[in-house]
Amino acid sequence: MSDIIICLFSGSGYDRAAQGVVGAGWRLANQLNGRLHAVIIGAHDPELNIRVASVADAVVTADQRDLAGYQPELHLNVITQICREIGPRAVLFGADTYSQEVAPRLAHRLGGAAAGDCLDLALQDGAIRVKRSVYGGKAVATIELKRSPAVVWLRARAFEPVATTSSSVTTVRQTRLTLQSDERTRIIERKSEAAGEARLEDARVIVSGGRGLGGPEPFKDLQEIAAMLNGQTAASRAACDSGWCPPSWQVGQTGKKVAPGLYLAVAIRGASQHMAGISDAKNIAAINIDADAPIFKNCRFGIVEDYKKVIPLLKEKLAALQK
Amino acid sequence: MNIIVCLKQILDPEIPVRDFRVDSEKREAVRGAANLVTNIFCENALETALQLRERLGEKSGGKITALAFGAETAEDTLRKALAMKADAATLVVNDGHPHPDPMAVAQTLAAAIRKIGPFDLVMLGRESGDWGVAQTGGLLAEELGAPCISFVDQIEAGADGLIVKRQTDNGWEKLTAKPPLVVTVTNNEFNVPRIPKTRDIMMSARQPITKWTLEEIGVNAAEIRSGGNYYEVVDLAIPVKDITCEFVSGDTLEQKVEKFAERIIEITRAL
Repeated sequence: MSDIIICLFSGSGYDRAAQGVVGAGWRLANQLNGRLHAVIIGAHDPELNIRVASVADAVVTADQRDLAGYQPELHLNVITQICREIGPRAVLFGADTYSQEVAPRLAHRLGGAAAGDCLDLALQDGAIRVKRSVYGGKAVATIELKRSPAVVWLRARAFEPVATTSSSVTTVRQTRLTLQSDERTRIIERKSEAAGEARLEDARVIVSGGRGLGGPEPFKDLQEIAAMLNGQTAASRAACDSGWCPPSWQVGQTGKKVAPGLYLAVAIRGASQHMAGISDAKNIAAINIDADAPIFKNCRFGIVEDYKKVIPLLKEKLAALQK
Repeated sequence: MNIIVCLKQILDPEIPVRDFRVDSEKREAVRGAANLVTNIFCENALETALQLRERLGEKSGGKITALAFGAETAEDTLRKALAMKADAATLVVNDGHPHPDPMAVAQTLAAAIRKIGPFDLVMLGRESGDWGVAQTGGLLAEELGAPCISFVDQIEAGADGLIVKRQTDNGWEKLTAKPPLVVTVTNNEFNVPRIPKTRDIMMSARQPITKWTLEEIGVNAAEIRSGGNYYEVVDLAIPVKDITCEFVSGDTLEQKVEKFAERIIEITRAL
């Protein structure tokens, strides 16, 4: 009962989020002196399997054809089955849609306790404790999980990858389970609005727009600036709710929690709701017409001006500086 | 179709950081002068339910029951739900720990739902604006033995069940679903909660709200009142931020923007 499972959905490769989950699992397994098992579920991804096998003590892949496309009930059943065979002390996930959907239900089925969007994971007198941001990022809570296994989903980028790799050779075991289809729910169509792009949670630079932009058009400029900086575009809830950009762009307590190296907030006031999504950003910069906008309280640098005047000049200056 | 929408009353998440305090002894936020409001995602869930009922039309007899587990003050949340035109409202009165763990909440809601009667659809917000636990929907589905779909932003009646659309990390998915079913709801541009009409607000004040004690719904009341035994909050603190904003200066706008651009390049090169 000191083994750790890390559970990854294939499809994003060995991205920063997966590396963080592997890192957190590796450290916890070392502390508990247990084995680190990786469960990789979804379409067959040999590259991901090999990368994870260089760290984990055992890799189980659930990649048979019927599991290639995620189905909520089916995938939950499979993960439950594999976890029961291993009997872990903890199961760790990333913070993607599927992980968040599966984790609490898995905890219920295993008789364990879950906690989500965790920023830190520690062992205290044998109990697993997590830190998570609460009250819209205004406070941080430490939570002790009272049941075992602990089922935890981790905020992408909050956990360091593993520095070293194991010297022993780990074999990858492919499961061939008898699957019982569950027709109560079935995903019949999928659409990716940012095909080929990295997840917002993994972006190193984010250029984000808010209510102050006044409409959808200025987002084109923001996208241009983001492209110049090898970054991605995001938005506040107000901008998404106004239909100026897709909901998948939304950053904040009610959207994505991001941790870029630079977050450039354009015409975003910075209500605590929004700040909750960027509390892990290394640097925040802002363009806002109001010097008293709360966003500036968390900024490293800022400019108090109408964004309409700043943006064209900024494009010009950035282009010149990058030459 | 019987729809149950679970609603949570929370401390207004919009209160400014400077007014926010925590009681580290009790490990909860201090209410102070802040309002109590309905969690926004719960209102998105109710709005999505109301739109589904409208699509189903009169003859299908869609009925929406608003359900809350909370202090007596949560009656306000249910009155607002009635004003938005939910058909009925039930409050399970929480006279114990102000923030029971998500398993305690799920068990309480499940017991209340079984007492209300057969359901087709249970809808919840995807997370709350106070503790943001994001587990109640999933745990409730397990308690009820029903399938669960999260991050839903639209539901339509299909030929054979429901057509559910939900958001994913970088797009959306469409699902077919056969009731009974639990969904957690997120926001989009189409489920912004409607503003109730003045007349409906006045009418809601006279509508009955069913109130149950924990004993009446047949849960382990002592355990729920203690906050549950799933997890325990052992510390709550306000993080200290030590940062001051450097406002770029310059005689002209162009000079200011140039400095701003230089800082951006400096940081991105160091990443």
